Amino acid sequence: MTNTEVLIHDLVEKHGKNRNALMPVLQGVVACEKFLSEEAMVAVARELDLSAADVYGTASFYTFLDTKPRGKNIIRVCKTISCHMQGKEAIIKAIESHLMVKTGETSPDKKFTLLTANCLGWCHKGPVMLINDEVFPSITSEKAIEIIEEFAKKTI
Amino acid sequence: MEQKPLKKIDIIFGWDDKCTPIQVVEKTIKKTAENIILDMIDSGLKGRGGAGFPTGLKWKFCRNEDSDIKYVICNADEGEPGTFKDREILDKVPEKIFAGMTICGYVIGAREGYIYIRGEYNFMLKTLQQKIDLFNQQLHDLKVDFRVYLRSGSGAYVCGEESALFESMEGKRGEPRNKPPYPTVAGYNSKPTVINNVETLVYTSEICRMGPEQFKALGTSDSRGSKVFSVSGDTPIAGIYELELGMPLKDFVEEFGDGDSKAIQVGGASGHCVPRKKFNDTIIGFEGIPTGGSMMIFNSSRSMYNVLHDYLEFFTEESCGQCTPCRIGCQQLLKGIEAVKKGERPPTYLDDLKRLTATMKIAAKCGLGQSVANPFTSIVDNFREEIIY
Repeated sequence: MTNTEVLIHDLVEKHGKNRNALMPVLQGVVACEKFLSEEAMVAVARELDLSAADVYGTASFYTFLDTKPRGKNIIRVCKTISCHMQGKEAIIKAIESHLMVKTGETSPDKKFTLLTANCLGWCHKGPVMLINDEVFPSITSEKAIEIIEEFAKKTI
Repeated sequence: MEQKPLKKIDIIFGWDDKCTPIQVVEKTIKKTAENIILDMIDSGLKGRGGAGFPTGLKWKFCRNEDSDIKYVICNADEGEPGTFKDREILDKVPEKIFAGMTICGYVIGAREGYIYIRGEYNFMLKTLQQKIDLFNQQLHDLKVDFRVYLRSGSGAYVCGEESALFESMEGKRGEPRNKPPYPTVAGYNSKPTVINNVETLVYTSEICRMGPEQFKALGTSDSRGSKVFSVSGDTPIAGIYELELGMPLKDFVEEFGDGDSKAIQVGGASGHCVPRKKFNDTIIGFEGIPTGGSMMIFNSSRSMYNVLHDYLEFFTEESCGQCTPCRIGCQQLLKGIEAVKKGERPPTYLDDLKRLTATMKIAAKCGLGQSVANPFTSIVDNFREEIIY
């Protein structure tokens, strides 16, 4: 079995072999591998006795269940109104030029993917960004770069 | 119209050492389910997620269903732009949510309760799970046959719509279902389900703690009690505030505005925009403009075109795409205001777009598509020049 298959087998053991377990299983795969590969979706379908199309149908609906390859860390900058009013534009530009990517792209060293997100629920402390599951409210361009640099150091 | 002056309240985040959430459960389940329902109905509590359905009635409908398996679900898929109060409640007083869910489970006859929390709040999953484990252990010790479980979303606003949330929990695309049947008849796993907002569940446990009288004394006849507001935008004191319902918007602006407020978006992207000239005669509550808690303040430096453009981009991206009025409608509204701004369409095109929102209000399948008319018409009607020029 490949690593992905082992991971999925363990997740299904934990969450159960039924359709209701599909979201937790897919979330578990994304937590480890950052995105859902074709191989992963086919393996999940087999384990849960669903069609691969069904699994892809569910996966492709959700923003956080990426089906495209992603970097080791995913940055999501909130772009909704209050973060907009508090200067998300400058933050995104600063990160883009620091990582030398456009929004939606992955850095050449595969360490980061930069994305935007709809309201992250920190409107009183914008602008805000998530890196993976961690939240960073009230950021400035400088602070955002510092935080990203720290993640870069931790990422092999 | 009946109104109350702005008053800060401390029910949701307050802590009573002599009657902790688990003790509220212990005390409440000595009463009959019927009496608890009567207390809920008597309190006048209406759902705090935005739609405002009377909580006691919802519980009663579900109790009346004949089924061995029923569910309690806490809707913590807080995604409305400008709303962040549920995160704070989940962080500070989650035990009160679990208590509300347990009491609801006792009333309707459910043994399982699920909290569906949005994926954006994954950072709190670990601590929340620890607190749930502790609470479940306390329920076990009290010999209460109810357990709380945690489920996480994956970044879809529409999953805050109750039937879409069930679909998501069942491992499907988060596409809203046709109603009826309503959740109290066929919800999660097609079983009778009570789904309540985070804040609503906390109020149910607080009403059980302090009795309906104290709750009922707050607010107006249509809007009993208090409510947690998420205040953001052009304000020096952005944050979370629990306020008595039924206050005039004027009071709110005086307290939270920066002295130059030109409009308040009440109820988030799907809510209504109230311009300065209407601050005096707008009441915050079910008799006036209801809100799930989002209060976003704009001062005169803001372009309302940008605000509307942001909202429409949001809806275009978050529409689940299942029904045509919403999928195509949102896109056309966005393209439409861009075309008017660029002069590619005459200003009267805005009236055509308003007719489109009226169609969406009737024809869209769920609250997402139906509510796009709220921000659109309230912004276009009050700030037409800003949209055109």
